[in-house]
Amino acid sequence: MLDSKIPSGPLAQKWDKHRFDLKLVNPANKRKFKVIVVGSGLAGASAAATLSELGYKVQCFCYQDSPRRAHSIAAQGGINAAKNYQNDGDSVRRLFYDTIKGGDFRAREANVYRLAQVSTNIIDQCVAQGVPFAREYGGHLANRSFGGAQVSRTFYARGQTGQQLLLGAYQALSKQIAKGAVQMFSRTEMLELVLVNGHAKGIIVRDLTSGKISRHSADAVVLATGGYGNAFYLSTNAVGCNVTATYRAFKKGALFANPCYTQIHPTCIPVNGDHQSKLTLMSESLRNDGRVWVPIKAGDHRPASQIPEGERDYFLERKYPSFGNLAPRDISSRAAKEVCDEGRGVGPGGLGVYLDFSDAIRRDGEDAIRARYGNLFQMYEKIAGENAYQTPMRIYPAVHYTMGGLWVDYNLMSNIPGLFVIGEANFSDHGANRLGASALMQGLADGYFVLPYTIGNYFATTAKSCPAESSQEFSQAEIQVNERLRKLISINGSRTVRSFHREVGQLIWDKCGMARSKAGLEDALRRIPAIRAEFWENVKVTGEPEGINKTLEHAGRVADFLEFGELMCLDALERDESCGGHFRTEHQTPDGEAKRNDDQFSHVSAWGFSGNLAKPNLEKEPLIYEEVTMSQRSYK
Amino acid sequence: MKFTLKIWRQSGPEKSGHFETYEAHDIQAEMSFLEMLDVLNEQITISGGQPVNFDSDCREGICGMCSLVVNGIPHGGQKGTTVCQLHMRSFADGQTITIEPWRAKAFPVLKDLVVDRSAFDRIIQSGGYISVNTGGAPDANALPISKDQAEMAFDAAACIGCGACVAACKNSSAMLFAGAKVTHLNTLPQGHPEKYSRAVSIVVSMDKEGFGACTVTGACAAVCPKEIPLDVISKLNRDYAVGILKGVSA
Amino acid sequence: MKALAAFFRTSVGKKLVMAVTGLLLYGFVVVHLIGNMQIFIGRETLNGYAHFLKSEPFILWGARLGLLTIVCLHIVTAISLSASNRRARGATSYDNPSHNGSTLASRIMLASGLVILFFIVFHLLHLTVGVIFPDHSALKDDKGHHDVYGMVVKGFQIWWVVGLYVVSMVLLGFHLSHGLQALFQSLGLKNSKYSSLIDKLALVGWVAIFAGNCAIPVSILLGLVK
Repeated sequence: MLDSKIPSGPLAQKWDKHRFDLKLVNPANKRKFKVIVVGSGLAGASAAATLSELGYKVQCFCYQDSPRRAHSIAAQGGINAAKNYQNDGDSVRRLFYDTIKGGDFRAREANVYRLAQVSTNIIDQCVAQGVPFAREYGGHLANRSFGGAQVSRTFYARGQTGQQLLLGAYQALSKQIAKGAVQMFSRTEMLELVLVNGHAKGIIVRDLTSGKISRHSADAVVLATGGYGNAFYLSTNAVGCNVTATYRAFKKGALFANPCYTQIHPTCIPVNGDHQSKLTLMSESLRNDGRVWVPIKAGDHRPASQIPEGERDYFLERKYPSFGNLAPRDISSRAAKEVCDEGRGVGPGGLGVYLDFSDAIRRDGEDAIRARYGNLFQMYEKIAGENAYQTPMRIYPAVHYTMGGLWVDYNLMSNIPGLFVIGEANFSDHGANRLGASALMQGLADGYFVLPYTIGNYFATTAKSCPAESSQEFSQAEIQVNERLRKLISINGSRTVRSFHREVGQLIWDKCGMARSKAGLEDALRRIPAIRAEFWENVKVTGEPEGINKTLEHAGRVADFLEFGELMCLDALERDESCGGHFRTEHQTPDGEAKRNDDQFSHVSAWGFSGNLAKPNLEKEPLIYEEVTMSQRSYK
Repeated sequence: MKFTLKIWRQSGPEKSGHFETYEAHDIQAEMSFLEMLDVLNEQITISGGQPVNFDSDCREGICGMCSLVVNGIPHGGQKGTTVCQLHMRSFADGQTITIEPWRAKAFPVLKDLVVDRSAFDRIIQSGGYISVNTGGAPDANALPISKDQAEMAFDAAACIGCGACVAACKNSSAMLFAGAKVTHLNTLPQGHPEKYSRAVSIVVSMDKEGFGACTVTGACAAVCPKEIPLDVISKLNRDYAVGILKGVSA
Repeated sequence: MKALAAFFRTSVGKKLVMAVTGLLLYGFVVVHLIGNMQIFIGRETLNGYAHFLKSEPFILWGARLGLLTIVCLHIVTAISLSASNRRARGATSYDNPSHNGSTLASRIMLASGLVILFFIVFHLLHLTVGVIFPDHSALKDDKGHHDVYGMVVKGFQIWWVVGLYVVSMVLLGFHLSHGLQALFQSLGLKNSKYSSLIDKLALVGWVAIFAGNCAIPVSILLGLVK
């Protein structure tokens, strides 16, 4: 039975009580503890900076050439906080409730409440660091409403909130690096987790510049390595994002929770060819003025302008008359997929729907539309090469966030003692669906205000141990890493790494993407092992393990996706209900909405490695709601 | 479309490099420049060659990782974009395209088109932050900041640290990068207590890393994917000068 | 003093030295031009002005030494900056470098500066020391003063001297037009609100200095001033 270590007492007082109950480390002793932080995004950078400010010795690792490039930087919209600056009735409780409900009642209540509580500290901290949030003329912070929330609680810095928050955390980290309190390892990728006596005590890394493999031991390991959206090959993630760190931990015994919970964003620029390497998201705000449609007839290849009004299907307005084009992310995404599956999709490959601004331009004038969305229209033109003032935009859904992740308890520690997991890499706060502007909030909450307290309790309650890097456990792990790298290079087959990534990604997207069915998942579960087997026989990785070798880096990541994809499909198959981003076609209301099965699936599915990839062990953490009542989402 | 590509190949940091010519076939106009290189690399791999190493990550123009000089221009010359946002439709079918890494002593080439930009991190470490620890920050609205100031700080803070400014400058000066950080933090009241020491420290650090001086040619701002204005350099110069006159040291 | 010395230790500090000395030299060029324009009034005015300048040796040598110091600072700093800029560029250059929107004037500051230096030396040897045409410099006017007017007229009746003069003024124009914009930037006084004003000022200054300075030799060569 999984122990989530949720403190007793009323929900609103749990975190306070818990902070008092946590054992502290004497300030003079903190410098004796060494912490490894893998990842330098919002969660990793904020945690590394804060832990070192407290006195811990920190080593921080990232695969990019600078910690400032982590993919948190690409978040556009904003960050939520229950500040109630707009006096519109927001509160910690309302943010908590919206997050739980948005997550379709599949998140852990106590964690979410704590997230809402510390959200206000995050804004204070970021402003003190010099994050240039949008301001009103009076000099106070501006807010907007986001992601269907009924209150304005989203703080933003133009369309680059993630960038500005990350730079704040990066600068805090830089300050600590300058002091010598954090040792930074850029262009360094974690390839293995090392356990000593069952505790996480170090990692094996590859220096991506020299190719050198090295060992790093510590008193605790923190993974802040982001999500696994690139399992789908095409996603809005950076091309380097990967599951390797968390998946290596899984194979060392860490539980992977809810891997099937992935989020699809409806307004991305569609795929335009076989060689596309990533998808680009455009702000959802476009749906405020654009009307979504496809031709009524399948296979209608006339240009949009030649399709008369009567032969267009404004399918969101038709299916969801009250929300229309503003229906929630998962619902609009699925509706777009359905019409494309019917052969009514538009653009090359038929994977796209129109987002048409002609009515809005007629109504408000082109200048008004330009003022609202000028930068987005420009971005669209750069990528798609079309002028959206004249022809409708084409959009299609794409994967952009993964709610699943390594299982952690209330202290953000995984089931492996000493292994902490923060940010998108853990599973804890978003349930089956994440609300807009909540990812940044969670990453910074974990890094600035939660982990720095809870990690001390681990140190204070266990015997201090930072094993020697020469110990047997490290040697063994290093040998495994070297063997794997050599194996990848020695195969010397006839297919490129990218071709395997594309093939398995496409399969997972088709069968475990926006809509999932038993038959489809079973098909995927048959085919993934075959692709994996071919990979290990026929992949061609050129070059040497020494020095920069981008192909080898990619190969290692794809090898893990090839195993992890199977786990995602297994989880999706086992979760025989629909909830949030997980939509099983067998379980829908007559209107096509996700139909939960709270009696059987109100739990976290935490998977453990059994040695057999096809049969991982399933452990369940029941979700007990003390203060909220579950309800059915409805956006009719 | 097809292209003749003249690409800089260099096997390691201490090795000497050279250009190699490749023919890229079956390129679609919709591909981004980096996707074109992905395709080329797959073709090279299958034919038994060594693929070209280049840096890229987000591929949407915000992480600052991609760093190619295309036909002599950092990021390829499309206004306000990184090279990952450049598409092949901007090129003429059959054109010869020269692809080189950033060139500057402070950005040594590591392999092929990959350069080491850690000098930028060290510049930020020398003073590109506000010295505030986590916790104890006052309420965010306790310090009103005028909209103009916030906007000006944002314009400078939009820098993605890609290094195109250095690559474009005939002196390999990092003044646009450094000026952007100083303008971001020194414009905001939170940054005022360290305003002068920040400017002085950053200038000293830039020199130490081996970047050149600004001779105001404006090439940096012309290639900057975030269109950071030259004003930020002026601001850095001013804060530095006042700092030195006040006797502030690094 | 310690603080001022700090300016010489960093690239930005050296640019400030360039800016301050450049501004002073710009001022000198303007004053020098205004003084010389008196040639159009007549022999007596110009010779009287020249005599006045030389009448106080203390001021004269003070000014000369001051100018020499400023010029030396400007040149030494420029050489030091150019050397470090060249080092910063590294050994390999681009295959087909682009100018990325920079102006010609901004790229040839060192070259134009060196030509101006050569010109100043010639100019001094010609009209101040008087070793190029000793007979021109020996002329005396009615009052027995050094006949500067006569010397200038005689000198600029020689075509190649005028040619050298005009070419040097073109490069001085380039140097000053970019120099003025750049010095505002180096002093931290330029921003996008004023930059177009500063650019226009630099252009007007360039045209005025070029036209004024060339007017004298060209008028003489054409026989308008005798």
